[in-house]
Amino acid sequence: MQYTAAQNPDGVRYDDDIVRQFLIATVTWGVVGMLVGVVIALQLAWWPANLGLPWTTFGRLRPLHTNAVIFAFAGNMLFTGIYYSMQRLLKVRMWSDALSRLHFWGWQLIIVCAAVTLPLGLTESKEYAELIWPIDILITVIWVVFALNFFGTVAIRKVKHLYVAIWFYMSFVITIAVLHIVNSLAVPATFTRSYPIYAGLTDALVQWWYGHNAVGFFLTTPFLGLMYYFLPRAAERPVYSYRLSIVHFWALVFLYIWAGPHHLLYSALPDWAQTLGMVFSIMLIAPSWGGMLNGLLTLKGAWDKVRTDPILKMMVVAVSFYGMSTFEGPMMSIRAVNALSHYTNWTIGHVHSGALGWVGMLSFAIIYWLIPRLWNRPLAYPNLPTTHFWLATIGIVLYTVSMWAAGLTEGLEWRAVDAAGQLKYPSFVDIVHQLQPFYWLRVAGGLMYLVGMLLLAWNFIKTVRGPAPLAAAH
Amino acid sequence: MAEQQSGGFHRRVIEGHLGLFAILTTLAILVGGLVEITPMFTAAGPPSLPGVTPYTPLEVAGRDIYIREGCYTCHSQMVRPMRSELLRYGEWTRSGEYAYDHPFLLGSRRIGPDLQRVGGKYPDAWHYEHLRNPRSISPGSIMPGYGWLYENRYDPADIQASLTALSKVGVPYTAEEIAGAPAAMSAQAQEIVGRLAGAKITAEPDREIIALIAYLQRLGKDGRAAIAAGQGGGPSTP
Repeated sequence: MQYTAAQNPDGVRYDDDIVRQFLIATVTWGVVGMLVGVVIALQLAWWPANLGLPWTTFGRLRPLHTNAVIFAFAGNMLFTGIYYSMQRLLKVRMWSDALSRLHFWGWQLIIVCAAVTLPLGLTESKEYAELIWPIDILITVIWVVFALNFFGTVAIRKVKHLYVAIWFYMSFVITIAVLHIVNSLAVPATFTRSYPIYAGLTDALVQWWYGHNAVGFFLTTPFLGLMYYFLPRAAERPVYSYRLSIVHFWALVFLYIWAGPHHLLYSALPDWAQTLGMVFSIMLIAPSWGGMLNGLLTLKGAWDKVRTDPILKMMVVAVSFYGMSTFEGPMMSIRAVNALSHYTNWTIGHVHSGALGWVGMLSFAIIYWLIPRLWNRPLAYPNLPTTHFWLATIGIVLYTVSMWAAGLTEGLEWRAVDAAGQLKYPSFVDIVHQLQPFYWLRVAGGLMYLVGMLLLAWNFIKTVRGPAPLAAAH
Repeated sequence: MAEQQSGGFHRRVIEGHLGLFAILTTLAILVGGLVEITPMFTAAGPPSLPGVTPYTPLEVAGRDIYIREGCYTCHSQMVRPMRSELLRYGEWTRSGEYAYDHPFLLGSRRIGPDLQRVGGKYPDAWHYEHLRNPRSISPGSIMPGYGWLYENRYDPADIQASLTALSKVGVPYTAEEIAGAPAAMSAQAQEIVGRLAGAKITAEPDREIIALIAYLQRLGKDGRAAIAAGQGGGPSTP
């Protein structure tokens, strides 16, 4: 294999330093975020793992886990993939190297601030928007830096037509800005505390409009953009359908934003809002599966490669999990199903089939694809990604199956009523106790997934620290 | 790598124009949010519930501790209108009960039970023991103990900044209430300490645990009273 990273088939000197930096950050924060995930999983199986310290209790570490995996791991992954692919798709170097650096270091500073403040209990309590108001302002500033650089680069492009990946990246840049600003509006009381301008259910609706679309426009559309660039590259096949990509892009960005109220079914949120959330969630199946099918069918004629190439294996599992979780999500948005699933571990299982299956697997695939190209040398352990693939896949299965079982168990027992019309399981803690085996199984699944991530990190370090092959001496 | 299919309005017009593409995308993502969120500020939004009053200064301090410790990561504050929930928790939650909740704390997961109706359900002494060592009250519980709440002191000066900010977002605290907040806090704390003393527990009134108990004992109380007075609207056992 030759990896003449050859930044230059188009005669452009691409900025790959910034891509390498974001990739290093992705791997680093990936290990941290997943490790915290395993720790909090352990805390539910074995409470003494809370350690009796304020900074290490589940209530403070859970937001640390979600922020680390979403904004640190997935966020840096997105920036890695976007900076790599957009330069090549637009045949131009990033508009401003200075803005690229500012974006990188600003984003890492935000993550460090989060890692310090969340264990200290400094939080706004809104899920995936916990960071306190000074950090919110920092996020806004850094996002503007990224947006300027992004649109600046698109503006000076050397190709006329924007490729589908760029559409998805653009929806990410625009929507996250809108969501973050509207949901974070608050009046500060002190430097570390503020109160949102919305009250009660209005605050809840704004939060879940944000929260659901953080999933939609942080963990879905930009990752679809990455899929549209990296999957065809890895499979060496053209995208299956250009027309499908147009239809599913516009349908997805229009419909996604409506689905937030499905997080508030059976609350006192006005019925019309709940119903809109449910109906639009169900409609979302169509554009979601449009994306899945476009990804899977791109492999038409390349399925023989899937047998041997761990990168394609990971991509196939990622896109399949995308399809599964975007089917499961709409089902859970149906009121009757939600009555059972809401507040249970089923939701946790659902989120992780998307997070571990779709986001994680696609990220691993792209990282393995990029390392040799960015560092101009083959992987130190070329067979290890296959081991990683199996560890992660079995880990996800253990995770989701245990959480489905736990969710159904608690959901059914919470609602069970005997012949006399009384609760069959009046003691809440007895139900909690029955979940312990599932919590341990989840620890095992999460641990396997983490070990896979550690194999990636080790392979990465050994590769970039190893001697450069002769091909690099150009 | 995309098939270079020729023609088509999308390809000819939209894909070639960054500004147009960005504007159309922005419009597409704005519609849903505007349609769903704007009416919340009108008559179609959540109805209010008479008799629901703002939290006291000590309860606000307790609520801030509830948020700091991430209690909402394991406990919801929303009783759904279902028979089993009414049996387990009590009256389903009316939207007006949240009128002064900045931020909302509905939660998304019940690792532990819902707390919407926990106010008044147990004596103060129950919470005092339970938060220090949950297993002493509830054998088999997986909740961590919160020993530091018994040592940390809440800051009566700090609460005035909180009340001022809350009044700016619409909670009707008067200037006198804000000025008198430290005194009000200490009076309410003394009541709790008095009740604890009745249960043979010696507690310091200036500790965070007292504020948290004050908040927990307030939860759902106004709503329950309003519903009992027939102001909740809708059937109480749907």
